[in-house]
Amino acid sequence: MQFIKGKTNFRFMKKRRLAALFSLLLILISIASLGIVGLNFGIDFTGGTIIEVAYDGEMDLDSMREALKQGGFNSALVQYFGSIHEILIRIPVIEEHNRAELSDRVVVILQANNEVPFDIRRIEFVGPQVGKELTEQGSLAMLYAIISILIYVSLRFEYRFAIGSVIALIHDVIITLGFLSIMQLEFNLTVLAAILAVLGYSLNDTIVVFDRVRETFLNMRKGSSEWIVNCALNDTLSRTMMTSMTTLLVVLALFIFGGKAIHVFSIVLISGIILGTYSSIYIASGILLGMGINKINSITVEKNNSDDLV
Amino acid sequence: MNQYPLWKNILVLVIVVIGTVFALPNLYDDDFAIQISSGGHGKIGLDLMAQVEIVLNDQKIAYKQVKLSDDILLISFFDVDMQLKAKEAFDNKIEDGYIIALNLASTTPKWLDMIGGEPMNLGLDLRGGVYFLIDVDMDAVVTKSLDTYSSELRAFLRDEKIRYQGIRIVNDSLMINLRSADDLNRVLSTAKGQFSELVMDVVKDSTVPTIIVKLTEVIFQKIRLLALEQNIITLRNRIDELGVTEPIVQRQGDYRIVIQLPGMQDTARAKKILSATATLEFRLVHYNYDVQDVINGRVPAVVAGGRLFHHRDGRQFLLNKRVILTGEHIINAASTLDHQSGSPSVSITLDSKGARKFSNSTFDNIGNAMAVVFIKSKTEMHEINGEIIKIRRQVPEIISVAVIRDQLSKKFQITGLDSMAEAYELALLLRAGSLAVPIEIVEERTVGPSLGQDNIDQGLKSIMLGFILVLIFMAIWYKVFGVVANLALVANLVLIVALLSMLQATLTMPGIAGIVLTVGMAVDANILIFERIREELSAGNTTQVCISSGYSKAFSTIADANVTTLIAAIVLFSFGTGLVKGFAVTLSLGILTSMFTAIMGTRVVINLIYGHKHRPKLSI
Repeated sequence: MQFIKGKTNFRFMKKRRLAALFSLLLILISIASLGIVGLNFGIDFTGGTIIEVAYDGEMDLDSMREALKQGGFNSALVQYFGSIHEILIRIPVIEEHNRAELSDRVVVILQANNEVPFDIRRIEFVGPQVGKELTEQGSLAMLYAIISILIYVSLRFEYRFAIGSVIALIHDVIITLGFLSIMQLEFNLTVLAAILAVLGYSLNDTIVVFDRVRETFLNMRKGSSEWIVNCALNDTLSRTMMTSMTTLLVVLALFIFGGKAIHVFSIVLISGIILGTYSSIYIASGILLGMGINKINSITVEKNNSDDLV
Repeated sequence: MNQYPLWKNILVLVIVVIGTVFALPNLYDDDFAIQISSGGHGKIGLDLMAQVEIVLNDQKIAYKQVKLSDDILLISFFDVDMQLKAKEAFDNKIEDGYIIALNLASTTPKWLDMIGGEPMNLGLDLRGGVYFLIDVDMDAVVTKSLDTYSSELRAFLRDEKIRYQGIRIVNDSLMINLRSADDLNRVLSTAKGQFSELVMDVVKDSTVPTIIVKLTEVIFQKIRLLALEQNIITLRNRIDELGVTEPIVQRQGDYRIVIQLPGMQDTARAKKILSATATLEFRLVHYNYDVQDVINGRVPAVVAGGRLFHHRDGRQFLLNKRVILTGEHIINAASTLDHQSGSPSVSITLDSKGARKFSNSTFDNIGNAMAVVFIKSKTEMHEINGEIIKIRRQVPEIISVAVIRDQLSKKFQITGLDSMAEAYELALLLRAGSLAVPIEIVEERTVGPSLGQDNIDQGLKSIMLGFILVLIFMAIWYKVFGVVANLALVANLVLIVALLSMLQATLTMPGIAGIVLTVGMAVDANILIFERIREELSAGNTTQVCISSGYSKAFSTIADANVTTLIAAIVLFSFGTGLVKGFAVTLSLGILTSMFTAIMGTRVVINLIYGHKHRPKLSI
């Protein structure tokens, strides 16, 4: 079976300015949302305490809130988590007693408040100092990843390709962050991992397309740059669709059956795969054309096929 | 003709077989078990085994087997409920002196065990347990070492008969105020030899001749490292006392310690025991002055050569400044009930040096009173100029004062404790040793066993489902080639599991997500190859040429794409923390194994199917 019968001939690059405009709009909305609303940072980055408990019976949130208030936790956030049997309590950083022992006090209050026995599912405490470090490390990881990719792609291709792929990456990251900000989904370490995975995926896609662009420039004797890039995109279209499809299948399974712990993780991956596919076609290749890619400069670095492994 | 040399075929076969063998142990589920080991005076042997079996039969708890090995009794059960029920029964029925801990018993067959086959480690998020990140207070380390040096310098000056006005700690250095320039020169010339690790300089514009003493950075580092290591040892001892199996206590960076306690449920207790800084001091009660005079300030405590301490009952005592004995000489401690009063007490055994010291002091002071001082450390938060500052305070408290009736030595009892629980805890802390410097827990992640099981179930379910969907999709799309790619995909999964098991890497929830992602991406390599072959076919080339050029043309694309993703994964690994690292590990391993299976692995099979035919019709 084939995804698209025969050779396609979509003129992707004709629409590249429209796509650029669309992306610009998305980026502006994202940046505006990030600036105004900001990200809903989880305790991994802000510090604080999370306690998840499960009850056999149904729990009354109001009485629990009241009990916590009496115990001195005015700022405690109490909500159902997934079902009415599970409850999530969030306590933001409380300066004067923000310590690991805080969760013990909450557990004592809960025990005093309920006759129904409960099961502690999870306790997370992150000190503010650690939170700060994780934020730094996270941003650094992202920055270093982008720099190393820039260097590698420059070495393997040419600087225009490197700039094209990195802009596509930044495009994906900003819009994903914007999406998280608009939806107010919790941004924690696992979500950071998802964003980095999206980075990897989108890059993977872009490199495959670029590889074909370079090859097409080598093989075609004539034709405008735009026409050649279009050819390359059409040649890889079937593969792009297939790969996106299979990866989406797996990630959808994660989304539906993976449980609450990786819910946001899989949402980010789903949106990232769609974005990554779009950006490697329209943004990365569009930028290549915009920067004046042609036959001469695309073959400055000779493609070195090694057949050792095959 | 497309034929691989024989060695390539054999290589692929050997790798896949080895991978399968090392992935095998993961198919054997661990049994839920309870481990009983000796905690001080309990004996592990047939007697205990019989006792255990009686308890189990009495409570009608079904069990799989009871195994006695070396110094450990291991009882395995059919399910977690029975295990927990048995734990409760043992806690109640088996006498003190044993450490009873929840554990998992491996059911890996012997032959796999022999060749070193082990299942992969499950992370705490999958099996339940506690993770702590601990900060060691390095400022306290520096202050403490400066304290030691200042008393050593005092002793040195006394020995050399050099008179001095005082020694103070200023920031990270010591200031010695002397009487004359002459003395100053003497100190500089004589002390250098004895304290070669110290840097001594004259303070220029000072009213009195002053020497500033600094420690070299090398020494500071040594001291910090030593304190960190000492704390790790103490924490390990305490964890052993808690009865946790397979704990991990590791240094992280220059001032942090990571602790992982699989299966630990009572986190409140774990926190309390780990961060407790209880020590004991034995001091004589000072009789030369009236306590009331000192309390009222008529006689300053310093002049009296003593120090005021509070008793838990509220009274105050003037105790000698000199400490007879500290907790470090204690080699064993056990909680008991005092024979005479029936009150909770701790019986203590000293090492020989401590025993000698103690027997001399008590002999000289028969008829005098001695106080037992229990020192706890407390952290308080204070707001100073809008900034939150943590202040750690040592809170000494007298727990008992008694008249020395006899010369005490190696073994004795201390009384005055509030409850049996307190006696138990004090005994535990004394056995485990005190922390060299105070610590603070800065991160905690506790996962209850039920959530861990949920995570495993959901993780596996989603992996399997996604995997099967991909397999179906590929078989429909690429027919025979799709089925070959599916074989490679299965081999890839097996190899990832085998590598994780061999490296004894820890599988976490994000790790599972990493595997899922590589499954999705591993297919990409095959899609690239197959699409190329299709292109070649539609260009009208002969089938054998199509296969070989399809593979070789796709290779550089696959390599470029995978190397860039690998770079991202490695960067993640080096900068990420625990959870993110788990993701990066499986992602990188997955990229490597998928390159092997998707390119070389599928080629071997494709060659075997089509390679020897002249003009085969490809089913793609």
